[in-house]
Amino acid sequence: MSRIRKTFDTLKISNQKALIPFVTAGDPSPEMTIKILHQLVTSGADMIELGIPFSDPMADGPIIQRASERALAKNVGIRKTLEIAKEFRKQNQVTPLILMGYANPIEAIGIDEFLKLCKSSDIDGVITVDYPPEESKAYVEKLKQNDIDAIFLLAPTTEKKRIEQIIKQASGFLYYVSLKGVTGAQNIDIEQVKNRVGEIKSLTDLPIGVGFGVRDPETAKNVAKFSDAIVIGSRIIQEIEASDESNMLENINKIIRSIKQVI
Amino acid sequence: MQNYNFPDENGHFGPYGGTFVAETLIEALDELKVMYEQFKDDKDFLNEFHHDLKHFVGRPSPIYFAERLTKKIGGAQIYFKREDLNHTGAHKVNNTVGQALLAKKMGKPRVIAETGAGQHGVATATIAARLGLDCVVYMGSEDVKRQSPNVYRMKLLGAEVVPVESGSKTLKDALNEALRDWVTNVSNTFYIIGTVAGPHPYPMMVRDFNSVVGKESIVQMDELVGKQPDAVIACVGGGSNAMGIFYPYIPYENTRLIGVEAAGHGIETGKHAAPLTANSPVGVLHGNRTYMMQNDEGQIIETHSVSAGLDYPGVGPEHAWLKDTKRAEYVAINDEEALAAFHNLCRTEGIIPALETSHAIAYAEKLARDLSKDKTILVNLSGRGDKDINTVAGIAGIKI
Repeated sequence: MSRIRKTFDTLKISNQKALIPFVTAGDPSPEMTIKILHQLVTSGADMIELGIPFSDPMADGPIIQRASERALAKNVGIRKTLEIAKEFRKQNQVTPLILMGYANPIEAIGIDEFLKLCKSSDIDGVITVDYPPEESKAYVEKLKQNDIDAIFLLAPTTEKKRIEQIIKQASGFLYYVSLKGVTGAQNIDIEQVKNRVGEIKSLTDLPIGVGFGVRDPETAKNVAKFSDAIVIGSRIIQEIEASDESNMLENINKIIRSIKQVI
Repeated sequence: MQNYNFPDENGHFGPYGGTFVAETLIEALDELKVMYEQFKDDKDFLNEFHHDLKHFVGRPSPIYFAERLTKKIGGAQIYFKREDLNHTGAHKVNNTVGQALLAKKMGKPRVIAETGAGQHGVATATIAARLGLDCVVYMGSEDVKRQSPNVYRMKLLGAEVVPVESGSKTLKDALNEALRDWVTNVSNTFYIIGTVAGPHPYPMMVRDFNSVVGKESIVQMDELVGKQPDAVIACVGGGSNAMGIFYPYIPYENTRLIGVEAAGHGIETGKHAAPLTANSPVGVLHGNRTYMMQNDEGQIIETHSVSAGLDYPGVGPEHAWLKDTKRAEYVAINDEEALAAFHNLCRTEGIIPALETSHAIAYAEKLARDLSKDKTILVNLSGRGDKDINTVAGIAGIKI
């Protein structure tokens, strides 16, 4: 059983939902990222989504784009991201690590090379934002052969027939994008998200994570009532932006704890 | 190339093209595909399209024999397809008329666009005003500085111009920002992409709307010269004017198709915008797979060209396919050569060409020199250069 699935199963026993924070590798520096990853776990993260910096992150809002730009300024790209993951794994072999990135850096180093590096860093799942299922069949097949979960996004606009098709290729969990927009946007409509998640749940046993608009404990609490995981990204990156190295870990600790407590 | 039939139903031109977008855009693209399929052969839609091309744009644009330029070079005869005489001053308007009509048919009250040189932004703002649609144009803040007359033009036409501060602050970043807007406002917004790039069906749709240029040329060359040209030359940034004139010529195997990219400071310096000529690696950006200027870890690198409209790290996927299949050839002209051709054309023919177009003219001059006098070259004179006079004056150290 995959580490991701095992984590969901364990949480279920104690009636908890998974908290999945997102940070970009190399933001604000490779050394800090490793400290941040450990801090996230200490503060209550059940899994971690690690962003691969990209020059043109089309599906992300300005906050995550700035994180990418800071990381790229420190020369952190796809290879360095996997080195950071490897360094994290030296101390932590329990917490599932999920990479989130765009297709071009993966294709640039080659899919086989990417998978080799993922294995050596013990990566559990990959979200490739701009690889919809119809363009990534061979890639998803290779992920599965390597026991890496292929995690797909579902949007508010994704039709039922398409959801069924995506479920066939997906593993680990499904990532429901809670609003029409980019990461870090405001104001999700809880009722609407609830209805959609209910609809998806009727089609699959895969756990469902919700992200793209979850910014505070109140929203997280409400969304956790009907989903299996909460993904929170831009809100944490805002803390990184607003902190210096002396108070960054403490500020991240506060926000993660405040959310973990209520879900 | 008699049976050229691309893209396939999923938008692939051989290994290029496709639909590489986040799930959040899939539904909007599916809707667009269905609507475009429905209207592209619809008689009423096409009548409306051609009516606007004739009465609003001023088509057909003439073909003009550049007699003095031809004499000066002393080789092949050079003809121009005068897209610079279109309303708004470039070929870009053909596509925006088509897409805006489609937006209207789809009941979308708001259109958005990205722009580099500003020509596509102006063309979109123009047709939006004509059809009573709200219009927002995304433009890299670097380009806003380089192309201030076009920025003001768009504002006069009632469009909102949003300067984009992210990334390299040029065309590619404007495209990212427009895609983000579209994802957010997908229910009431139509995204009018200005070039033959982006996810399927854009490369095909933009090509189809622009192919009026090539279709007219085939008729006009026959009437004027009695034969088709030995070479058709067009500049290539994303590649919409080139695709527009190339596409109808693909079955004419005796006509060479030559795309001219921007060599900027020179291919060897790395500071250029010529992914095809430089044989850049293939990658995925803005929804399609194509040749792409990038570093060895897949980060898109900054491009350079004196002309904002060619300053793009990728190229339309169909050009990638035409390069691989050798149906078209791709070459590059540097800033200096383009500027020389710009000045030469002003004084020799009384035409101020766009800096983008000047790249195609510079290569036409080179090629004409090597060909005999009975050969003919048709250059797509894709746009006029009024928008560039500040840039050109600046390079000469003149304040206007």
